[in-house]
Amino acid sequence: MTTESLVLPAAAAPEKTWLERAHAWVTTVDHKRLGIMYIVFALVCLVVGGLEATIIRLQLMKAHANVVSPEVFNELFTMHGTTMIFFVAMPIMFGAANYLAPLMIGARDMAFPRLNAFTFWLTVFGAALLYYSLLGGYGLYGDAFAPNVGWFAYAPLTAKTFSRGHSNDYWTLALLVSGFGSVGTAINVIATIFSQRCRGMTLGRMPLAVWLFLVMCVLVLFTLTPLTAAQLMLLVDRYLGGHFFDAQAGGSAVLWMHFFWVFGHPEVYVLALPAYGFLSEIIQVFSRKAIFGYPAMVAASIVIAFISMSVWAHHMFSVGMTSYGNTFFVITTMAISVPTGIKIFNWLATIWGGKVDFKVPMLWAIAFLFQFLVAGLTGVMLACAPLDWHLTNSYFVVAHFHYVIVGALFMAVFGAFYFWYPKVVGRMLSEKLGRWHFWLFVIGFHLTFDFMHIPGFLGMPRRIYTYEPGRGWDVWNVIIGIGVLFQGVGTLILVFNLIRSAKKGKPAGNDPWDAWTLEWSTSSPPPEYNFATLPVVRSRRPLWDLKHPEDPDWKYE
Amino acid sequence: MSPTTIFSPESSAARMIFDLSLLVYVVCTVIFVVVSALLIYALVKYRKRRGDETREPAQIFGSKQIELAWTIIPIIIVLVLFLSSVRVIAATQDAKMPPGTIEVNVVGHQYWWEYRYPGLGVVTANELHIPTSDPAKPTPTLLHLYSADANHSYWVPRLAGKTDLIPNHPNQLWFDPEKPGLYLGQCAQYCGVQHAKMLLRVYVHSPDDFRRWIEEQKEPARQVDTVARGRELFERTNCMNCHTIAGTPATGRFGPDLTHLMSRETLAAGIVPNNRDNLRAWIKDPNSLKPGSLMPAIAFDDAELDAVTDYLMTLR
Repeated sequence: MTTESLVLPAAAAPEKTWLERAHAWVTTVDHKRLGIMYIVFALVCLVVGGLEATIIRLQLMKAHANVVSPEVFNELFTMHGTTMIFFVAMPIMFGAANYLAPLMIGARDMAFPRLNAFTFWLTVFGAALLYYSLLGGYGLYGDAFAPNVGWFAYAPLTAKTFSRGHSNDYWTLALLVSGFGSVGTAINVIATIFSQRCRGMTLGRMPLAVWLFLVMCVLVLFTLTPLTAAQLMLLVDRYLGGHFFDAQAGGSAVLWMHFFWVFGHPEVYVLALPAYGFLSEIIQVFSRKAIFGYPAMVAASIVIAFISMSVWAHHMFSVGMTSYGNTFFVITTMAISVPTGIKIFNWLATIWGGKVDFKVPMLWAIAFLFQFLVAGLTGVMLACAPLDWHLTNSYFVVAHFHYVIVGALFMAVFGAFYFWYPKVVGRMLSEKLGRWHFWLFVIGFHLTFDFMHIPGFLGMPRRIYTYEPGRGWDVWNVIIGIGVLFQGVGTLILVFNLIRSAKKGKPAGNDPWDAWTLEWSTSSPPPEYNFATLPVVRSRRPLWDLKHPEDPDWKYE
Repeated sequence: MSPTTIFSPESSAARMIFDLSLLVYVVCTVIFVVVSALLIYALVKYRKRRGDETREPAQIFGSKQIELAWTIIPIIIVLVLFLSSVRVIAATQDAKMPPGTIEVNVVGHQYWWEYRYPGLGVVTANELHIPTSDPAKPTPTLLHLYSADANHSYWVPRLAGKTDLIPNHPNQLWFDPEKPGLYLGQCAQYCGVQHAKMLLRVYVHSPDDFRRWIEEQKEPARQVDTVARGRELFERTNCMNCHTIAGTPATGRFGPDLTHLMSRETLAAGIVPNNRDNLRAWIKDPNSLKPGSLMPAIAFDDAELDAVTDYLMTLR
């Protein structure tokens, strides 16, 4: 491949007006701009979803508190869950895949740039529909003004009998529309990875992050389909007199649960897999070592995706399946801990014998490792069906999945922000603010989510707008609430850092971390065409080969 | 101690889970300690040191033996946990119920619990009464779980894990407490506005006390002449459309059976003590105690309200 990153001089263009620039962003089909827009959009939703969580925690600070009404509380947890999963976590991952996948495989853009823009705007439109319920959801009966059925919207609460206004229809439509967006993006990423790789970039030489984007997108194709089908069936129930889920007319509430969780569980891995990808790249660079056991890491990712599609009913151990059904889902669920364990050990082995540089991205990666370990172990506890009969739908399970999503996934996302921001913007994020963000957020995270396990053990169910005194839950809820404050301040510091560093950060240069994958070979930010001459690679770490011609990777792989 | 902790099991179903959970906690703790210790060791030992800026560490791409080891060891751990879980699943779900089993039909309603004892001819609400079970001669309680509307979940942590009440999907749950007492819990599946105020109270009696309670509950409602005015109001308004009072024309099924209302310690699914003030406030406007309750406020004036309250107060 070329040794220098050749950048063509931009044609001299007159300074653009604000409107012209906005128009350029809205109409863009550039994968990098779309990636940035995904992430900015997700960050806005993150702040909204975070505020919703803050009000929830305020309400639960003491028994019989009256910060919000029961109706509003139920709307808040529904909107919080839906926003965070569908409009924060998913878009962040898709944004990252959009931005990074073409750069990491040495491509000029995605396979279908216009589809790419279309699916991004579908996602945004989905979020707009969800929040439009605040205005348009006031049905004939004034039943509710925002969706209030929880993020998994169990039947029959969604039936006309129980949810008379239109608010929950906005929930359905939001997921339907953004679901089409996700499927389109997934197709696009898969096509890109299969057809746009540069010369020499065999599947076996792809960076792990790209592998994980690929596996994630395949999983999206399989799992969003049942969700979309279920939403359509729900619409048929509500408006065309169908009885799929309408229990009062003989429909099945349990059927909805199966439909939802056969989407819902793999969804966790849709979010987690790209996080594993970020982590693999960050740990390699900041330990100064190649990933340990690359083939095993790829295999483990594929196995996780595969098994994740056969574990869904572990969300339903209390639903009253037969003992054989429960047994099946115990073993499949526990089986997933084996490939997951392989990943943790391989990351550990990558650090082992390396030279660990505790820069901010690596700090997040380390936090991920510890928290992911805990989340995995509480997951094993929940996989024991009998223990799950206690813990499911309690605060323990709430703590568990927030450990996965905040403690693991978001920590990886934050790490990725600090790692790739210099590439995207051309300037470094402030390390000092980054450390403040890290410590505040990690302390807040542990205050909130470590202590959240305890009320679960003590019998506190989730989704209750208030609770009785004398159950031993009060003090834990106070600590949980205090943690929110730390996380909130930490997040504000991140946002400030992201904005400030874009103007005042230290210039990054092409390769600030002395990294090894292709995106670091082009300029920061990369030109519209990514690479002036398409690179040619001979190993998994093309930039290592360049920097160490005496000891290139391709000799060993 | 929390009255709803899972660490203080009082029936064999809950105890089996508790014993299993101890194994699981120990295994998970050991894994956590070992892996974190390795991680901390690696991070400290292999940290970047001063004067070490240019050297790149040895690049190691993997090791078949080591990777095989950390695949096989977790498989063994998983198998152990799986087999111990399966034993408990079979022992609880497929347990044979002995002849002395007390069967109770539980119907979850938006925001209260209906209890019917089909073999004993008793109907009550919100407070379940059951006998203790002697391991030598077990008299466990088997609950048949139904729902009249949304999904609910029955969770009394000291007696058993939770099981959902789902429309068109009958479920079962059993427990056999040995000690008399009051066991608390609450609905654990989001079921609507007042999901939080669907509390569970299970009163466990000695067999004699339980028999006495059954005998009292089988009686029709008391007739007290001094409250005829309240009774007339009850039977003339909407009250009787939803509530049953055995021995009177009131046979509604939508709301709780009130035949022995005053034998219950709490009102509105366990949320307030059952006394005259709360009862009156509840009849006046259920939303004042439980916003979103499906019971309508009936426009009684103060005198009528007193009369109806007085009538209900006689239903012991």
